[in-house]
Amino acid sequence: MDLSAIDPVILIASLMVASTPILLAATGELIVEKSGVLNLGVEGMMITGAICGFAASVQTGSPALGFLAAIIGGAALSMIFGLLTQVLMSNQVATGLALTLFGLGLSALIGQGYAGMKPPPTRPLDLGVLSDLPVIGKIVFSHDAMVYVSLALVALVWAFLRYTRAGLILRAVGESHEAAHALGYKVVRIRLMAIGFGGAMAGLGGAYLSLIRVPQWTEGMTAGAGWIALALVVFASWRPWRLLLGAYLFGGITVLQLNLQAAGVAVPAEFLSATPYLVTILVLVLMSADRSRAALHAPADLGKTFHASS
Amino acid sequence: MTALLTVEGLTKAYPGVVANDHVSFEIAEGEVHALLGENGAGKSTLVKMIYGLVQPDSGRMTLRAAPYAPPEPSAARRAGVAMVFQHFSLFDALSVAENIALGMETPPPMRRLAGQIREVSETYGLPLNPDRLVGDLSAGERQRVEIIRCLLQDPRVLIMDEPTSVLTPQEVDILFATLRKLAAEGTAILYISHKLEEIRTLCDRATVLRLGRVVESCNPREKTAAELAEMMVGAKLATPSRAGSAPGAPVLEVSGLSLPSPNPFGTSLRDISFTVRAGEILGIGGVAGNGQDELLDAISGEAPVAPDTVRLHGQAIGALGPSLRRRIAVLAAPEERLGHAAAPDMSLTENAMLTAAIRQGLATRGFLKWPAARAFAEKVIDTFDVRTPGPGNAARSLSGGNLQKFVIGREVLQRPEVLVVNQPTWGVDASAAAAIRQSLLDLAEAGTAVVVISQDLDELMEISDRFAALNEGRLSAPRPAKGLSLEEIGLMMGGAHGMEVAHVAE
Amino acid sequence: MIRLEKRPSPSRVWTAATPVLAVALTMVAGGVLFAMLGKDPVAAIRIIFWDPLFNEQFASYSRPQLLVKAGPLILIAIGLSLGFRAGIWNIGAEGQYIIGALSGAGVALALYPLEAWFVFPLMVIAGGLGGWAWAMIPAILKTRFRTNEILVSLLLVYVAEQILAAMALGLMRNPEGGGFPGSRNLQQYPAAANTELIANSGMHWGVVAAFVAVIAAYVLLNRHMLGFQIRLTGQSPRAARFAGVNPNGLVLFCLGASGALAGLAGLFEVSGPAGQVSIDFNQGYGFTAIIVAFLGRLNPVGILLAGLLMALTYIGGELAQFMLNLPAAAIQAFQGMLLFFLLGLDVLTNYRLRWGKREIA
Repeated sequence: MDLSAIDPVILIASLMVASTPILLAATGELIVEKSGVLNLGVEGMMITGAICGFAASVQTGSPALGFLAAIIGGAALSMIFGLLTQVLMSNQVATGLALTLFGLGLSALIGQGYAGMKPPPTRPLDLGVLSDLPVIGKIVFSHDAMVYVSLALVALVWAFLRYTRAGLILRAVGESHEAAHALGYKVVRIRLMAIGFGGAMAGLGGAYLSLIRVPQWTEGMTAGAGWIALALVVFASWRPWRLLLGAYLFGGITVLQLNLQAAGVAVPAEFLSATPYLVTILVLVLMSADRSRAALHAPADLGKTFHASS
Repeated sequence: MTALLTVEGLTKAYPGVVANDHVSFEIAEGEVHALLGENGAGKSTLVKMIYGLVQPDSGRMTLRAAPYAPPEPSAARRAGVAMVFQHFSLFDALSVAENIALGMETPPPMRRLAGQIREVSETYGLPLNPDRLVGDLSAGERQRVEIIRCLLQDPRVLIMDEPTSVLTPQEVDILFATLRKLAAEGTAILYISHKLEEIRTLCDRATVLRLGRVVESCNPREKTAAELAEMMVGAKLATPSRAGSAPGAPVLEVSGLSLPSPNPFGTSLRDISFTVRAGEILGIGGVAGNGQDELLDAISGEAPVAPDTVRLHGQAIGALGPSLRRRIAVLAAPEERLGHAAAPDMSLTENAMLTAAIRQGLATRGFLKWPAARAFAEKVIDTFDVRTPGPGNAARSLSGGNLQKFVIGREVLQRPEVLVVNQPTWGVDASAAAAIRQSLLDLAEAGTAVVVISQDLDELMEISDRFAALNEGRLSAPRPAKGLSLEEIGLMMGGAHGMEVAHVAE
Repeated sequence: MIRLEKRPSPSRVWTAATPVLAVALTMVAGGVLFAMLGKDPVAAIRIIFWDPLFNEQFASYSRPQLLVKAGPLILIAIGLSLGFRAGIWNIGAEGQYIIGALSGAGVALALYPLEAWFVFPLMVIAGGLGGWAWAMIPAILKTRFRTNEILVSLLLVYVAEQILAAMALGLMRNPEGGGFPGSRNLQQYPAAANTELIANSGMHWGVVAAFVAVIAAYVLLNRHMLGFQIRLTGQSPRAARFAGVNPNGLVLFCLGASGALAGLAGLFEVSGPAGQVSIDFNQGYGFTAIIVAFLGRLNPVGILLAGLLMALTYIGGELAQFMLNLPAAAIQAFQGMLLFFLLGLDVLTNYRLRWGKREIA
């Protein structure tokens, strides 16, 4: 075993890459949940995004078009969920599960023949002087554009929820759909938009996995990332900046355990591979044990079905 | 007087009922106009049409002589129609200013809005801090948020749906002063209520609805409350009667009961003490949200408390859960019929099983006797005149009054030693309400210790032997109900909660 | 414009009719999917739903497979349905299935080559306990800390898969297997083998257990207080507390029961049809069982039928893979579609469709 082979700078730099997919998906789910909808289909939408993005970029040779296709794919899948839960008033938990099961099957189907291929490479952004800074340059300024896009999206979502009227309306709908309806807001329409955004973001996160992080296509490659994104939203108690913290924590553990495996630590590799899931569970427990604070930020009508009776 | 808003022949039908049948009336500028009617008379549907939440099947409205047909509430708001809801359209986790912004068409930036809120609230004697979370406010303060939200839009017509049901008598006086000031400035106020004395004090005209139709239009000041009641119900109502025997030994003793609230916006019970004797009815009044649900939970066993704080015949029972309390004949009927007292999608037979399994012997060693449960449900239905095709129907298919009769009857027929009911006649038509009150009186007559928690003071004065009030989780000392004045009752309920004092600087 | 209007009581007719309609619609939509893949849709549907049972060439092999596949699906789905009815969402049955299999197989491998009557019963007990214990993790976290059981039970599936890999490659590896991953074959260890009880029927102890579970669940839900409390809690949690239900007890029971049944399913599979512990002996039954539970309307008899139907799509899917070169994933997507249709059509049970003037929604 040789722990000195682990370079902290590279570790932290790769942490940002490792956390980007779940950060994207979790940011989307945060908006969905803030509108009062619980979409458990993140895993399904992520993997659909992963294959849509992969297939499109292989076909066109353009990673950008791949990401666009992933956005469309994830959003399209989320609209099935939206139609079922918002219009046909199906149970959100069951429908979310169905979305995941369907997404896994659909992606495997689309992915026939893409296994083993290489996607067109995505180059890191050239940030000139910044990238050449010692340590900081390597950690912060030597990534591909999507890493920065994901950070910008977190900031945008934060500002949207905090400062805009649309954000206020979204929070209101999640807090009490009855009251929002009584004031004349279109609860179903607003929720559908939130669900679509969540789907697009999950798709983007999935494509980041298949196009940049891995980068190739294998069936079931998200391996629970969607579920971890869901857990992250709880961990963050529905606040965008804490999402970033949680994502980096998770990314850090993932990268660290991979490094430890590579360094040949005397623990079976399978147990190291299980640590991200175990840590996620631990974090969930810690968050839910402190209920009084979390309850203030959790949308009060989360997961409830709305039917305008008047 | 020129008509500001006219309503002509509005009709709205829902499957099975015609909620509004050719309803017509008009309101002039500066007029306070009462819409009077029982539950289910069609008042809510009518104002929802005026506010644009529901579209009429036929009929027309005009506002300031121009055709008025709002397709949605925002159109109504733009036209100058504002509404204060009975069940507030507020968001607990948002601040006062955010709540108000949500109800405005084009709100100014938050900081300016906060200034406006302060200004308007001082002008109308309704002080309010824009930064507080709405979930932390009292019911009266929450209503202020709704009213100020309307006032900031400078409305021509203000609709108020049962505004006083959440206020103490003193707070009602403050509200009326505000409404009179508004009316004097030319705002027309459409005031919905079933409280007759209030309408006689406040309103210039009254339109009386019964079963969706306008049955009368009058000046309420020229009528007696009894005359108005007869117009509303369509028949003379028998007032409940009781023989009046002396109460027996103490049955239920509550002393030093405290219960912290499990959720951030709930009410904690603080040091509650009272005694109820056999054959006595203790009425507990108070504004909604002052600990009524929590008190019922503590007595029914849903929220176990320290053993010694609740005693039955001297035995400590505070730690027992609902099943064990039923075994010793401590029964309860909660306020929320659908989802608490009864499971909406389950049949009446299953709902009979819900609370009667233990005392009626509907289960042996865990195995259920459905025929016996059905027979018990049928007995409740027969005894309490519950209108339903049969015990196989789902609870949610019953009207409010019928389901309430079933829920109360289910407990009454189990021979309780102690019965606690919360809002026994809330949202129930007058004849069902009278039947329910009579059954509670009869039950007390037979020796049960009865606790009636209610926000309807008239009801409490009618049936209670003694009266106490809940205020912010504390209970006032019970006093004999006979001879209590409205003012005394109001003070027991917490007076104006310090609201009349406009604290400007902080 | 179509409007939805709440029915006064849930419709009994539609409760029974929606699964049938959902299957029919899935066949149509599946046909479109297969056509898009360039396959003959009619042939594909026939191969999936008809040939496994009635084609002379394949039926003799396929028919026993029906019970083999349906057994674990039904067993797991019955357990899940108890929790789903109460609003307790165990979606980690796959993990409990793996741990149950590992526990049971562990007993067998530890006792190998002892030939005694008690080996198999011990394995059954260990399998059930293993699944139960794995499900107790989310159950206890939920009752103690109110941690969301959906996320915990699901995340534990990935942990269980890692444990499975570690076992198949390490501790449980067949010492005589020439270094290949995977344990001894339990089918070749008579005292531990879950053999076919009636030749060529597919009937093994797991199928028997599934039938017993169906009957027990039926009695529980319709005739027993505990079942009534489960239904009550799912429909109206506040009313359940008022009725005296202990919510924590119910969480422990529902998660425990579903975990134990999933563990049993895993044990019967690993000692029977699969034969050995290998990295991928689990076939996703724990997830498919979720579809089975919903397709069966969370009703024991319904689940029995749904389990058989879902088993048919598995066998038919394999046949279609063989005959038409239809990708295996197509069947997975097909099953997901079925669940969508079912959930979407469910609206008809509680709402009526009205054609009329538009309401502001």
